[in-house]
Amino acid sequence: MALLSLSGVRVAYGNVEALHGIDLTVEEGEIVSILGANGAGKSTTLMTISGLVRPSAGDITFAGKSLLNIPGHDIVGMGIAQSPEGRRVFGPMTVLENLRLGAFSLKDKSRSEQTLEWIFELFPRLMERRGQLAGTLSGGEQQMLAIGRALMADPRLLLLDEPSLGLAPLLVRSIFDTVRAINKKGVTVLLVEQNARAALRLATRGYVLEVGKVALADTAPNLLANASVREAYLGG
Amino acid sequence: MEQFLQQLLNGLAVGGIYALVALGYTMVYGVLKLINFAHGDLFTIGAYFGFTLLVSWNLSGLLPPVVAVLAVFIMVSLLVAIIGWVLERAAYRPLRNAGRLSAVVSALGASIFFENAIMLIYGARVYVYPDFLRPEFTISLWGMQVPAMRMLIIVASIALMLALWAFIQRTRMGAAIRAVAIDPGAAVLMGVNVDRVISIVFLIGPGLGGAAGLMVGIYYGQIDFLMGWTYGLKAFTAAILGGIGNIPGAMLGGFLLGVTEALAAGYIAMAWKDAVAFLVLILILIIRPTGILGERTADKL
Repeated sequence: MALLSLSGVRVAYGNVEALHGIDLTVEEGEIVSILGANGAGKSTTLMTISGLVRPSAGDITFAGKSLLNIPGHDIVGMGIAQSPEGRRVFGPMTVLENLRLGAFSLKDKSRSEQTLEWIFELFPRLMERRGQLAGTLSGGEQQMLAIGRALMADPRLLLLDEPSLGLAPLLVRSIFDTVRAINKKGVTVLLVEQNARAALRLATRGYVLEVGKVALADTAPNLLANASVREAYLGG
Repeated sequence: MEQFLQQLLNGLAVGGIYALVALGYTMVYGVLKLINFAHGDLFTIGAYFGFTLLVSWNLSGLLPPVVAVLAVFIMVSLLVAIIGWVLERAAYRPLRNAGRLSAVVSALGASIFFENAIMLIYGARVYVYPDFLRPEFTISLWGMQVPAMRMLIIVASIALMLALWAFIQRTRMGAAIRAVAIDPGAAVLMGVNVDRVISIVFLIGPGLGGAAGLMVGIYYGQIDFLMGWTYGLKAFTAAILGGIGNIPGAMLGGFLLGVTEALAAGYIAMAWKDAVAFLVLILILIIRPTGILGERTADKL
């Protein structure tokens, strides 16, 4: 059984439907990538999984349980954490306060101290800057903080929305290496990316969204080789 | 020099009261981006409920005055906190998704409701707190004789603010309140229950406001059912002065407004104190439109 499964998920903002029936599954231990142009519904899909946006039809199940009637703030506790689009770190709070908020849903204090140590291993920069206000960090550091903050919830499934956006190429590679390391630790990853080539090299499978629908779903190597994907998302 | 220091202490006392009320405005604004216009009336309820407990129920006769006042402080804060909680449930939560103007109209309606409820229950006349609740002796400070009551008000308001500050800065729930004020959506992604945070803010703000109402009753002696309008307006001004939504800003704004008023009353004329206070407000807002400690609204991309 899939860890996460979306079936026929429709989402509307007012009268405008943004998702027209999405079917998507993520197996435990996978890295799955969602590709697509701006406005295809990638971020909406992640926000719907996290419960900030409610579907008008369809079902979402996580580890066999439907998420439809679970309030957003309880979904984190079930094991789904998200590093959202635009990072959305708490700027006027320190790096450490941001990370501790990531563990808000956890009861076990000693366990979150271990997680914190692991995050400081993944991102030594955050360790150096732990007392600094998050709003004063560079874009790359804020991205590290957003991912680290999501990991503090000790998730089974990590949702990453555009972790490479606006970062220098060298930093992008290091963020993607870190995502692989996180996955090796047993965290399943659902990754939304504009940087399709890097995302597909990392992922096991991928989905291509076009205007609120799944246009293609295949293994990552097949998508990398697919002519229309190459033309539309990989620059020919 | 002595007159200056006396007026300064006077200003700090009234400023502490403004600050306590201003905290309620600013915390609610922080999490809901709503000006709770009924907040001044919650302050009035604190003053009246204190009167009922101390005088009508004669707690001040049954218990030693110090014990009576402390007990009444706790009871007043709790009751007003509960009224604040109910107010949010009844008047604001149903309108959460209805646009901000609707909530503002609801707040004005709640204010009118409270004022008329107090008038119907207590009547429109002025009530006077008994004199013996106020310690009449003075204490020596830097060679001056300062009324003990004035120092008590300053110390009590600062103690309450320090307690609030510790709660906001040092606890998990305090961090959650700050997170909701910064970005409610991101706070949900952390597992923060935004409704619960808003409820807690509507317990804390009115609790402090109710305590401030009781302080005014004991300190100045006289209360009336519209007192929340004047004090509410001053405290709201203090919150704007410090930067609305900013907790240290509300504290600073309260003390600054109180001291400005007291100095204007002492050096110019009593009648000019409000004019000078608002002149200072206007000048500060011209220089810093977001208030003294208010953050600039432009976000880093």
